[in-house]
Amino acid sequence: MSEKAPVVPDSGKPGNDLLRQITQGPGLVSVLGVIVALVIGGLLIAVTDEKVGETAGYLLAKPSAFFSEFWRAATESYVALFNGSIYNSTQGFKPFLETLTVSTPLICAGLGVAVAFRAGLFNIGAQGQIIIGSVLAAYIGFAWHLPIGLHLLLVIVFGLLGGAIWGGLVGLLKAKTGAHEVILTIMFNYVAVYLIDFLMNTQAFRRPGETNPISPILDSSAIFPAIPGSRLHLGFVMAVLLVLAVAWMFKRSTVGFEFRAVGHNPEAAQTAGINVARTTIIAMALAGALAGAAGVAQVAGTEKVLTGGIAGSLGFDAITVALLGRSTPWGTFFAGLLFGAFQAGAVNMQITTGTPIDIVSVVQSLIVLFIAAPPLVKAIFGMNRKKKRSSKLEPTKAGAK
Amino acid sequence: MTATTLQPAINVLPSKKTPIILTVIAVITFFSFGLLGNDQAAHFTLNSAGDAFELPELVLPGRITNIVFGVLLLAIAAYSWMQRKQGKALATWMIAVAAILFVLGFLVWVVSGANINSISLASLLAGGVVLAVPLVFGSLSGVLSERAGVVNIAIEGQLLGGAFTAAIVASVTQNAFAGLIAAGLAGAVVSLVLALFSIKYVVNQIIVGVVLNVLVSGITGFLFTTVMQEDPELFNSPVHLPVVEIPLLSAIPVIGPILFKQSVIGYLMYLAVFLVWFGLFKTKWGLRVRAVGEHPKAADTLGIKVNSIRFWNVTLGGIVAGIGGSFFTLVAIDSFTKEISGGRGFIALAAVIFGRWNPIGAFLAALLFGFADNLQVILTIIGTPVPSQFMAMLPYLVTIFAVAGLVGRSRGPAAAGEPYVKE
Repeated sequence: MSEKAPVVPDSGKPGNDLLRQITQGPGLVSVLGVIVALVIGGLLIAVTDEKVGETAGYLLAKPSAFFSEFWRAATESYVALFNGSIYNSTQGFKPFLETLTVSTPLICAGLGVAVAFRAGLFNIGAQGQIIIGSVLAAYIGFAWHLPIGLHLLLVIVFGLLGGAIWGGLVGLLKAKTGAHEVILTIMFNYVAVYLIDFLMNTQAFRRPGETNPISPILDSSAIFPAIPGSRLHLGFVMAVLLVLAVAWMFKRSTVGFEFRAVGHNPEAAQTAGINVARTTIIAMALAGALAGAAGVAQVAGTEKVLTGGIAGSLGFDAITVALLGRSTPWGTFFAGLLFGAFQAGAVNMQITTGTPIDIVSVVQSLIVLFIAAPPLVKAIFGMNRKKKRSSKLEPTKAGAK
Repeated sequence: MTATTLQPAINVLPSKKTPIILTVIAVITFFSFGLLGNDQAAHFTLNSAGDAFELPELVLPGRITNIVFGVLLLAIAAYSWMQRKQGKALATWMIAVAAILFVLGFLVWVVSGANINSISLASLLAGGVVLAVPLVFGSLSGVLSERAGVVNIAIEGQLLGGAFTAAIVASVTQNAFAGLIAAGLAGAVVSLVLALFSIKYVVNQIIVGVVLNVLVSGITGFLFTTVMQEDPELFNSPVHLPVVEIPLLSAIPVIGPILFKQSVIGYLMYLAVFLVWFGLFKTKWGLRVRAVGEHPKAADTLGIKVNSIRFWNVTLGGIVAGIGGSFFTLVAIDSFTKEISGGRGFIALAAVIFGRWNPIGAFLAALLFGFADNLQVILTIIGTPVPSQFMAMLPYLVTIFAVAGLVGRSRGPAAAGEPYVKE
């Protein structure tokens, strides 16, 4: 297995622009991108603030009132966000535990997206994979009654398996028919959504005597132990272990090497004797399994029951997490923590300042947009003026009618 | 480990897929719908309120109808196997006939097995067309930008942006047409971001599309809470577009309500489909667009400005999808709510693919999906054994089959998704 040395993915013509775009790029630009996104989010908060609107009425008469209100509106929300996610004077660092809880599924699913990216695959299907993973995990959790230890283990295994099947199917279809994984994963997401909707209305999944589509509570033997007084559970440790495993895989294992080779340049990989079709299937199945782990964290940790909305918007957040983390395992980990903090803090923000939670998805998506376009961020901060002038441009008129 | 060669052998005969699928649906129709079907009759009424004359009710006995359909389908399947042996593909019209027989057979089977054995075919079709309107606009947006080589995952965002802006403008101005125009502009703004990032900054088009959907959903959700809900009377009670009835013609049963009793957006839909089709396939502009989408380098050598064509096409697509989005708030629903487009942008994307990147094809696919959507609603009302969720899955399953090449081949513009950078 180890004699795959002849592949030199970096030689020859550029293989995969997507991959380079995601994995490279200066850290400074990332930080600046986050700042710009936060500033725009702040502007949006301030502009729609009621008091700011009132003071704008007499802007010319008393500009200072306007600007101080503007500043107050924008910063107040972010302070509330910080208090709800990291630290506040009454609870100390307890909110940070909530951040870790919320980050757990984001990290797992983000890893799933990142692994697929590395193999040159765009996995939009984390949502569906999380759903199927959590369905299987939850079913094992409430329908089977097993001894402590074994039960939780099986819950995890089946959760991963469910995600792996859902992702692997996409890999299989792509490998065998050449269908594009983006379209396939989007469609598989919707199939999964309707499938869980259907299941939640069946005898097997509906809690007895309940009219709402909600499952029985999972057995206590099937649930991650939690830190008393918080929602943080051992699922977070599972997420960290998965980060370590993926990092190891990319650095040391043959499979990881094959992923990277195929991601860089499938033709070269094929020539070097790597089975691209097989690698595609494995990569998608692995990506699905990691997303399935997010489903496990949800049903066996945070929620403890299965509902139709178990995946929330996790699958799409996972894409932004992986992009922000530049598809490296630890990058994804910290991106997951950051977005987890946003989401945990947003709850507190909505309660104390009335700023809707939606601002988080605005900021998150802006961050990803800016980070994906370093030239734009540089332009905003005036960092690439020289370069622009020098590279502008050879004559473009090709002579034709 | 030896290197495995998984290269498929080059096939001289046409693919087995069509005959296999035909055989499968024939067997399903004959056995499941026919022999194991219901003895009761399915009633289909063809009239709706305001029709000029009465049509008789269609009454089809469940089991016998499907046995007949099944036999016909088996014959078509057998014929397609014979054709394949001679190296010929089956004529498209025969595939269409088979599809129609299968769908009708399915309808007869479900309706005859339901609690109420009667549905109105007229309202099934008319309602399907109405539900298809935003899908058609969305899919035209997809066709416009993908034909020029820019993958448009942001259709959902364009629809949602259009719906939101239409609601707010039509409420404040008390003018539905102002809302319609504003919706087009909103779609264009979403598109401009897509164009800016994917063309100027060469960011991966799929990333931009995915992120844009989240961004638009976030912004509209945020403004819905902070602005609209503060004063719904002022900001979220849009004036609706009128339904325009064409006298006499609208009284024709079945097709009257579909073609001649529509909202302004409904008529615009037919116009837009024609214009996009005509533009893409009958004009110089269309030829250029398609050249840019298939082989940008060749197009560039001939003096076509690749990136400017892409830029304007994406923007145009945004206008079209934005107008489609206004359908939600100016026609279908009284006011804007969060996520009002409910994933229809992705069904529109499916329609683009299933319609093979052709405006007419996308239109028909969108109609099919709208029809399936409406059927699901009606079947829930009459109480059928088929869970509605499986009907709702249909567009997505069909698309999976389509892209996997099981239902014909669907291959997009060759350069879609690849940025063009001049060397």
